[in-house]
Amino acid sequence: MFDGREIAQFPEASVRALGDENLQAALRLLGEGFQARRTDAVERFSEFEDARDAAVDAKTRTLRQLHLHLENFEARCQEQGGVVHWAETPADARQIVLELLTSRGVRVLSKGKTMVAEEIGLNGFLEEHDIEVVETDLGEYIIQLAEEVPSHIIAPAIHKTMPQVVELFRQHHDQHKAEPFPRHTPADLVAEARAVLRRRFLEADAGLTGANFLVAETGSSVIVTNEGNGDLTQTLPRLHIVLATIEKVVPTLADGAAILRVLARSATGQDMSAYTTISTGPRRSTDVDGPSEYHVVLLDNGRSSLLGTPAEEVLRCIRCGACMNHCPVYGAVGGHAYGWVYPGPIGAALTPALLGVEAARHLPNASSLCGRCEEVCPMRIPLPKIFRYWRAKEHEARLNTVRARLALALWGWLAAHPRLYRLGTGAAMWILSQLAGRSRRYRNLVLANGWTRSRDFPAPAGRTFLNSWNRRS
Amino acid sequence: MSVPSSESHRGRVGLFVTCLADLFRPSVAWASVKLLERAGFRVEVPDRQTCCGQPAYNSGDLRTARRVARGILDAFEPFEYVVAPSGSCAGMLRLHLGRLFASEPDEAARAERLAGRTHELTSFLVDVAGWTDISATFPQRVTYHDSCSSLREMAVRDQPRALLARVDGLELVELPDRDACCGFGGTFCVKYPDISTKMVSDKTASIAGTGAETVLAGDLGCLLNIAGRLAREGRPIACLHVAEVLAGAENTDPVVPV
Repeated sequence: MFDGREIAQFPEASVRALGDENLQAALRLLGEGFQARRTDAVERFSEFEDARDAAVDAKTRTLRQLHLHLENFEARCQEQGGVVHWAETPADARQIVLELLTSRGVRVLSKGKTMVAEEIGLNGFLEEHDIEVVETDLGEYIIQLAEEVPSHIIAPAIHKTMPQVVELFRQHHDQHKAEPFPRHTPADLVAEARAVLRRRFLEADAGLTGANFLVAETGSSVIVTNEGNGDLTQTLPRLHIVLATIEKVVPTLADGAAILRVLARSATGQDMSAYTTISTGPRRSTDVDGPSEYHVVLLDNGRSSLLGTPAEEVLRCIRCGACMNHCPVYGAVGGHAYGWVYPGPIGAALTPALLGVEAARHLPNASSLCGRCEEVCPMRIPLPKIFRYWRAKEHEARLNTVRARLALALWGWLAAHPRLYRLGTGAAMWILSQLAGRSRRYRNLVLANGWTRSRDFPAPAGRTFLNSWNRRS
Repeated sequence: MSVPSSESHRGRVGLFVTCLADLFRPSVAWASVKLLERAGFRVEVPDRQTCCGQPAYNSGDLRTARRVARGILDAFEPFEYVVAPSGSCAGMLRLHLGRLFASEPDEAARAERLAGRTHELTSFLVDVAGWTDISATFPQRVTYHDSCSSLREMAVRDQPRALLARVDGLELVELPDRDACCGFGGTFCVKYPDISTKMVSDKTASIAGTGAETVLAGDLGCLLNIAGRLAREGRPIACLHVAEVLAGAENTDPVVPV
């Protein structure tokens, strides 16, 4: 489970990740997989930019009057026989879910993919209360077997290689106790997981899913999946719990459709996911299936405090994962190094709001501000701008190092005094140039060893341009 | 400073030298002056300029960034055009100074005026001046690294290529991952050196894969990073700023000797 303390270990964790050959092999597939497929999907769909604008517009309108849309959602959901629960903190949400389960004698909970459950640490909490949780999304299932946490918001087991998955199945699936794996193609692994999970679906007394969005005008929750596991999770058991955060609401089905047009294209490069399922209330007398109870737990966890701040645009996020798929930092270290639920650029923009600037301080700093995330974000979230916002908050609160603060202050003072700047930099460059000798480089510089450990430091020319220019004219 | 605009000039350009060109590689600034003069502009270099303020701005020290930025607003007030041989510094002037002064309307207005007049060098030559009359020779196979700021903040992609196409003997081979960051990122490269090293190593590997003898770029930050890594890896590939090649500096020493 994520507790937030691991973020402080980001530098060490990233070094370990860079040296992990299995992880590096898995991450190399990001480029030819997710990136190439998204590019193809966007090229196939000539209206992509318009669709993006429409989706951004839908969410922007929603956030402007979020409270009204949430109240509408609650009213419509109740009219359909559902129950809405409001949770301000992760502890509130955990408690609500636990009470729903224990009061109905639930022993086994099947679970569709939801990052919010990771955010509130639900699995561990329920297991402490003797409720068995069965992950039904293949990726989530794999990492549950491995007793790990997701490393990607839409591909939670992306850090695992095929041989590692084979090994996990061999250890955990009864049929391999007697004999080793006969064959192991990806299709075999999927078939085996399906067979094992099918039994578990039937055993579950309750199903818990997330929501890709909630529709205020109908009181519905909507999920998209490729495996159909979400549908079995929410229709087979007698109790369906939807766990979602407050910014997931949109006013109308049409607004939801606007999001669907960009979601799968940005995420996996599909035009649409295999399944898009709309759930509205519990089973009616005329329905052939469905749960007899339908509950929606709506979590805030600091999100409402973002409204009206420069970081509020993160609330437009539809969790497609495109930012991490295209992020060179994520591509280098993978999701676990970030140390919390939401890795990559969206995590760096969102986590400081949820855990505080101090706890999350590494995340918005660990970016070269290259802007590729903003370029591919279907919701046009200005991620680098939000990283800078958090960096400013960090500086304001004096959470960065004394060394960094002093260096900035000294440099800033000098840069604001051009004459002294010329003298000082002129002398420094002359010395650096002289000491470099004929090789015209430094292999080791005490004050820049972060650079020179892996790179030569080019020697400066000697005389600065402005000093030469001023002499000329 | 009061030079009457004469018929023989197309306008006054204030050259924003950039701190890296000023301190490390003056030949980039000389090359920029040469190109701008050839394109018909009168080039001046205001003495009060130092740095665009990005180290402070990107580190969250907005007070220091504003302090440095005020100097830029003063120094470049009188010019019709402000041109920088860097997409990153030009991007700072065009897109970020206004944000810095969001709570000071007078300064914000000055920043907006500066933003509208600021250009990256190659895009100024091609898009504003409509000048591509390059006379330079560079008989080498080269590749071109797009800096992230040039690409994403300043819409610079085709302009340097249009100009390089006019250089005699130059053969341009594109990088396969041409929209990927080189890992420089200002202070990022020393704050998270291992991640930065992984990024620049991917970049140098793909540079080597093109078979190029020289890498060109429009931003010195990327070039110092790439040159430093190529040198450490012992790869005999030279690095030059695109302005140096366009100005005909075929005998300029590379960023690090090969």
